[in-house]
Amino acid sequence: MIEVKGVSKKFGEHLVLDNVSTNFEKGKVNLIIGSSGQGKSVLAKCIVGLHSVSSGQILYNGVDFCSMNEDAMRDIRKQIGMLFQGAALFDSMTVEENIAFPLQMFTKFTSGEQKKQVDYCLERVNLSGKNKLYPAECSGGMQKRVAIARAIVMNPNYLFCDEPNSGLDPKTSILIDELIKEITYDFKTTTIVITHDMNSVIEIGDNITFMHQGRNWWSGTKEEIIKTTNQEVIDFVYASKFMKQIKGKLNEI
Amino acid sequence: MLRIISNIGRYSGMMWLVFSKPQKFKMFWKRFLDEIQLIGIESFPIVMLMSVFMGGVISLQTAANMDLPYLPAYTIGYITRSSTILEFSPTIISLILAGKVGSNVSSEIGMMRVTEQIDALEIMGVNSLNYLVLPKITAAVVFFPLLVTFSIGLSLVGGWLALLGSGLSSTDNYVFGLRSFFKVSDIIYALSKSVVFAYLIVSISSFYGYYTKGGAIDVGRSSTKAVVNSSVAILIANFFITQMFLLK
Ligand SMILES: Nc1ncnc2c1ncn2[C@@H]1O[C@H](COP(=O)(O)OP(=O)(O)O)[C@@H](O)[C@H]1O
Ligand SMILES: [Mg+2]
Repeated sequence: MIEVKGVSKKFGEHLVLDNVSTNFEKGKVNLIIGSSGQGKSVLAKCIVGLHSVSSGQILYNGVDFCSMNEDAMRDIRKQIGMLFQGAALFDSMTVEENIAFPLQMFTKFTSGEQKKQVDYCLERVNLSGKNKLYPAECSGGMQKRVAIARAIVMNPNYLFCDEPNSGLDPKTSILIDELIKEITYDFKTTTIVITHDMNSVIEIGDNITFMHQGRNWWSGTKEEIIKTTNQEVIDFVYASKFMKQIKGKLNEI
Repeated sequence: MLRIISNIGRYSGMMWLVFSKPQKFKMFWKRFLDEIQLIGIESFPIVMLMSVFMGGVISLQTAANMDLPYLPAYTIGYITRSSTILEFSPTIISLILAGKVGSNVSSEIGMMRVTEQIDALEIMGVNSLNYLVLPKITAAVVFFPLLVTFSIGLSLVGGWLALLGSGLSSTDNYVFGLRSFFKVSDIIYALSKSVVFAYLIVSISSFYGYYTKGGAIDVGRSSTKAVVNSSVAILIANFFITQMFLLK
């Protein structure tokens, strides 16, 4: 469980996050949605400590993360798996080395144990046998899946995904969404997914936080977001023709 | 001016994180060997080429300008040796390597920054500066003296070849000159300089790479800044080291 309490973030004079408060629950897929440039990525990076916050608190199971020293922060981070917008695989390493990297760095696993864990994670993301490929030889969807495998190799308690299905075809995006859902329920992780894809929202959103103008404008479940009367949320949800048609159908029923 | 001061502040802060104990020694060692290959071994060809020609030019210049009746014949060898050891090999070779190694280091780290690979390291709980930069600095500091020693040797051979080819001096005179008034401290001086320059090149280039913001174009920009600033740093450091050495 992660609690964000009154977090603000300024870059110089530019206020990107304005007093954001929200909770992310364990064993659930928590979404942060909103259009581009509303501070979603900045919020996620504040939560994991890649950006310092200007004010406010971030609590991991009740402990304030922002006031920790560098070492304590590293310990929390070892429990975090993160999938970056561009996958961020180490391009000098093979798929296998990428996934094994956290194991090599932080565990005393023998190479046999490492191999077993890597193969298990690769199987999880449906990439068995692709051990020796380099990231440059993988398609965008494969890279994302390798990145998920790397994110879960240490059995994280927290999983962050920044736009996991941006730049992917609809079929691959659905696969990735399902993978995230499965992992969350199987490992009981506190999962936070940033997205602006309505399909994902309906597919995997247990809790939804809608970001607008740097604030947590609206929160609720996926059932609630369909029926909300909040104008900004409606503008976002029903931006596409397709969603408008669905809304028309819903109204007829 | 303010920018320079703030950069120096950030640079010092960065070095603080670079010089911490590696989180896993096995990983450090693996990275170190990779960097020896990249920074050290792959620099041999260019150093070889540069040194032979540099030595040739130095000996020819000396021979042409020192062709005076009252100077002993071994002057050419003596001056070629001294200038090679004291300045040409450590300084010129380091400037060349500032171009080759500096741009390589800064673009590699810069690319990792803009593709969020550094963020990925940090998220895993890795001290990214220590993991990425320390092996590079160590490899350079260990290997530059080797490169410079190699360069001194080859320069002197280059000088000899040039003299043979042009007939400006005999092998005996040249070798006699090379061996005259030899001081071990000169070699120590040259190698210490190369250690300082190695440190400057890699740390400054890592700094510009690490703090790259933006995209591919910015990686190129950082790389240019890295090369220019490490070259300037080498020249300034060289001035002070020479002064210290001469005043001693
Ligand atoms: N490192 C940074 N320095 C300054 N401004 C930033 C930085 N990162 C993001 N911003 C600004 O914060 C705002 C929100 O960005 P971001 O969180 O990436 O948006 P998104 O919701 O699309 O993920 C943008 O206006 C961006 O310009
Ligand atoms: Mg974003």
